[in-house]
Amino acid sequence: MDAFTTHTGTVAPLRRSAVDTDQIIPAEYLKRITRTGFEDGLFVAWRTNEPDFVLNKPEFADASILVAGPDFGTGSSREHAVWALLDGGFRVVISSRFADIFKNNSTKAGLLTVVLPQAEVEALWAAAEADPTTQVTVDLQAKQITYSPGGGQSTTVPFDADDYTRWRLLEGLDDVGLTERHLADVEAYEARRPAWLPKALPAIPA
Amino acid sequence: MPKTLAEKVYDAHVVRSTSGEPDLLYIDLHLVHEVTSPQAFDGLRAAGRTVRRPDLTMATEDHNVPTLDILSPIADPVSRAQVDALRRNAAEFGIRLAPMGDRDQGIVHVIGPQLGLTQPGMTIVCGDSHTSTHGAFGALAFGIGTSEVEHVLATQTLPQYRPRQMSVTVDGELAPGVSAKDIILAVIAQIGTNGAAGHVIEYRGSAIEALSMESRMTICNMSIEAGAKAGLIAPDQTAFDFLQGRPHAPQGADWDAAVEYWSTLRTDEGAVFDAEVVLDASSLTPFVTWGTNPGQGLPISERVPDPAEMADEGERRAAEQALAYMGLTPGTPLTEIEVDTVFLGSCTNGRIEDLRVAADLLRGRKIDPGTRMLVVPGSVGVKSQAEAEGLDKVFVDAGAEWRGAGCSMCLGMNPDQLKPGERSASTSNRNFQGRQGKGGRTHLVSPSVAAATALTGRLTAPADLIGA
Repeated sequence: MDAFTTHTGTVAPLRRSAVDTDQIIPAEYLKRITRTGFEDGLFVAWRTNEPDFVLNKPEFADASILVAGPDFGTGSSREHAVWALLDGGFRVVISSRFADIFKNNSTKAGLLTVVLPQAEVEALWAAAEADPTTQVTVDLQAKQITYSPGGGQSTTVPFDADDYTRWRLLEGLDDVGLTERHLADVEAYEARRPAWLPKALPAIPA
Repeated sequence: MPKTLAEKVYDAHVVRSTSGEPDLLYIDLHLVHEVTSPQAFDGLRAAGRTVRRPDLTMATEDHNVPTLDILSPIADPVSRAQVDALRRNAAEFGIRLAPMGDRDQGIVHVIGPQLGLTQPGMTIVCGDSHTSTHGAFGALAFGIGTSEVEHVLATQTLPQYRPRQMSVTVDGELAPGVSAKDIILAVIAQIGTNGAAGHVIEYRGSAIEALSMESRMTICNMSIEAGAKAGLIAPDQTAFDFLQGRPHAPQGADWDAAVEYWSTLRTDEGAVFDAEVVLDASSLTPFVTWGTNPGQGLPISERVPDPAEMADEGERRAAEQALAYMGLTPGTPLTEIEVDTVFLGSCTNGRIEDLRVAADLLRGRKIDPGTRMLVVPGSVGVKSQAEAEGLDKVFVDAGAEWRGAGCSMCLGMNPDQLKPGERSASTSNRNFQGRQGKGGRTHLVSPSVAAATALTGRLTAPADLIGA
């Protein structure tokens, strides 16, 4: 996983709530067996059918920070949704509320999800719509977002990030390697599991 | 300190707990399918890792599989490549696989319980959000992403944070023709599609206790549609009776030891829930969705809602977008909505009880000539049982299509899809835009509403068929 420390880019204002992972990437685009190359499926229905869709507007085409309405990433557990956003050039998604699995998947793949109050989401939407070139800096080290609405005075918005997840993202660490440090604990646990718990092998005929 | 059921199961699986870090949780059963696993196996290979516990891992082919001509190679080369990748990975890493054509093949959440691999008190994960289905047995079961699939394959554990606890209490008796699907659609409509975020839901109350295991699975299955981490129900004699004699259920003295433990798996008196929801089963009627998320549902006797009457701006905008996509006009009675397709199946409603309920309504009748009905059993096992009971004949005689087992039109990764603008009544779990095919429009319904709708060609409550 790539480390995430700080990122500066422009914002795509996605004024929609409850964006489910089927919208982020539909099932027919999940057939690829690699971890990259999912950008063609990113929001493909809206990109195809809605000329006014934010990512169809040239001024937002290069945005790397997606700012969405509440309940982003509901539905299917497909991590492909995170990969598609990364492949589509996004490094940060901001919303007032995320679905659990999406948020969790994003931390495993190096996409930063930031929870901000809806009022701050609205302020970012307004700033980006007024001036799509508005530069926004998301600093995970300092846990703050900085931008200058309308090119005026700089504003700083703090956000929460739990220390453990933040440390993993800052260092770009993957969980498997971290867990392998505790194999002795896993072995000790396995030794005390009840013997009657089911095993898939060998297969038992009905 | 009194604990909830979910807390008991969680605590029994903590391998390691340290302040400032997530807990390390042991996973008793890892279910694997072709869509969310190839990158995980690649990750293992790249790091030179093995699967730690192949004996606690079970794979099947479900999302991509065609439901016609299932013994031929898959026509779609991309789908075929994904299924082939699973076959190679299962062989290389020593994992049991139920491939197309195998008698144990089926939707991953149907075969776990069917084989007796799903048991009370277990932790169960799968790279699929509907893993919550297994909570019907009092297991802590939840969906994970592909990075986590790799983590479980490599270590048989997952880093986890302790979830919050929500109770959904449903007391009272369901009216005839009202089912588990209506209960869960009503719950989601009440709390919203992310209303249970961060929580595990425990379903309790007399209406839940009265349900069969199949119905309990329907309810737990859709916990994710309310945003929950998982959903579960305390195991009781109904659960034990379902499990006894299944291939992988304990036997003899092991069975007695297991039942003794399983019987302790209930929420203690005085345990605290972070959130509580209460529903009266006797007030429920068949529920259908009108919009593009599972929370946008109403009793079938209602009309398409008017966004202009919604106070919350976000809710109004979402409803406007949903109605535009669905091609619906505010004020239209839901029972006047005509459908092209009825889909009976999926991990929500593809079990034997679901097929029986629908067949009972279709027996001796013909479906509407302008409507096609797809009946897709959740597994080869369900299909065989239905055929032994003669249900396949009932469906075919009524004019429905009797298909092979798989996920099918629930998400249209195989050829079973809606065409743009087509409308379905579907017993599946998601009415998201394009879920059942590009431009397709989905109304979520129970199996009995699906059958009644197939007969009339428009959304219909089973009670309205009597005398028809």
